[in-house]
Amino acid sequence: MALERNEFIRRSVVGKATGVVQKPLGAWERLYGQAWARKLFLLVLLGIVWEAYGLYLGNELLFPTFGATMKALWDAVASGEMASRMAVSLKVLLIGYSIGVALAALLATTAITTRIGTDLLETLTSMFNPLPAIALLPLALIWFGLGTGSIVFVLVHSVLWAVALATHSGFLSVSNTLRMVGRNYGLTGFRYVAKILIPAAFPSILAGLKIGWAFAWRTLIAAELVFGVSSGSGGLGWFIYENKNELEIPSVFAGLLAVIAIGFVIENVVFATLEKATVRKWGMQH
Amino acid sequence: MDDVLLDVRGVTLQYKTQEHLVTATFRVDFQVHRSDRFVLLGPSGCGKSTLLKAVGWYLRPVEGEIRLKGRVVDRAGPDRVMVFQEFDQLLPWKTVKENVVFALKASRRLAGREAVDRAMHYIEKVNLTSFADSYPHTLSGGMKQRVAIARGMAMEPDILLMDEPFAALDALTRRKMQDELLQLWEGTRFTVLFVTHSIPEAVTIGNRILLLSPHPGQVKAELNSNGQDEPDPTTGKTLSRRIHEMLFEDEVEEAIGG
Repeated sequence: MALERNEFIRRSVVGKATGVVQKPLGAWERLYGQAWARKLFLLVLLGIVWEAYGLYLGNELLFPTFGATMKALWDAVASGEMASRMAVSLKVLLIGYSIGVALAALLATTAITTRIGTDLLETLTSMFNPLPAIALLPLALIWFGLGTGSIVFVLVHSVLWAVALATHSGFLSVSNTLRMVGRNYGLTGFRYVAKILIPAAFPSILAGLKIGWAFAWRTLIAAELVFGVSSGSGGLGWFIYENKNELEIPSVFAGLLAVIAIGFVIENVVFATLEKATVRKWGMQH
Repeated sequence: MDDVLLDVRGVTLQYKTQEHLVTATFRVDFQVHRSDRFVLLGPSGCGKSTLLKAVGWYLRPVEGEIRLKGRVVDRAGPDRVMVFQEFDQLLPWKTVKENVVFALKASRRLAGREAVDRAMHYIEKVNLTSFADSYPHTLSGGMKQRVAIARGMAMEPDILLMDEPFAALDALTRRKMQDELLQLWEGTRFTVLFVTHSIPEAVTIGNRILLLSPHPGQVKAELNSNGQDEPDPTTGKTLSRRIHEMLFEDEVEEAIGG
């Protein structure tokens, strides 16, 4: 037999009797809640460890201190050399990256509209994607000579396959409903790709662009290290190589820091802004 | 009869899966008149959605023909706008207003100011004016479907094709949406071809109900509905009861036969 239970109605407690309902967090708690603050703390810690180890080792040729590196970096920035080296590197990068992305768009569009295009994309990417771009540099030197042309060639190679692959898989994952909506409103061919497929596949495309950028940046620095200079002024890779030859090790470290800094800015400022303005705003990525 | 808007004659539809060739419908005939709320009703597997897709020309009939206003349908086009069941039919990168404007522009119906005005007119009709600048991911399922309906109606198509548009909604919202659709219809008297597997929904929405039997889909009956579902004075049976029996009797026969 079911137990007899009494009904009851309660009054909720009001006023101060409930204790804290809502109170602002302390300054420390709030600061610790910020990802950038925690990361900054880690960076400062790393800097201190670096400085301490450099002082303990006392050998500037092997491992300069943090302070010496910062000074070399400051000198390079102050003399304007760093800026011009960065400009050279970024200009070449931009040319190679743009050509690579344009070709990838062309390849992915052909792949999604024709069956032979799909086969072409699949065959080419499975052949060339595993091939490190830098391995093509000797060949590029023979074809295009010492200079920007060779670097652009290997950059295009490093960007093209990754971006084309990501774009293609993005196109394939566009929902059937959206495809039918596009066709319903009379979109075909290029308009269909531009107005439905590209925005709908944008999360994948963006991921591809990021991977392509990272590949391109590494390839560029490596290529510059190999032969670097074209007609007088080289890029960041050449800056590192040159300073190593002159045993200016703090400057080598400064060059490496500059490479890291540019990578950091592109990733966390350029791509983050792009993400916020597109896929996050559209609720396609969180 | 020149009142016939959509004429489906002897349409057989087939599609291929990995292993089988499936006949979805077999020689289906029906005529939709102007301002009809024509419902295709049947259990799953009766090919009602496939039939709707054929009218939208996402699928070609292997036999028979479909005529719209006397002309044979031979391509997809904005004279037959489809409203889907899925919530992702709205373009997530466009706001509510932009979604409707997009449809008008992409189909080259209207451009510029006119497109925006028409879009806002229909957004107001579905009571979403205050959400015109919201992105779809911030809306509820029912609101998304209302946007999709506004987008379809803004095109002012010859016929609006609705593929179980309320099936993914909760029961309360669904009820509300059905009433709203009827109100919209009172206002403009558009022609709609509506697919559902719910008998009450068919009885509420439709003025004419085509009953399909499954495997493969064939016409079983075509019935009138006044939306009231009251008992018939002679038989004492409501319309939904009659439909239920017609669909159910098949299962009994199959059970005995098998």
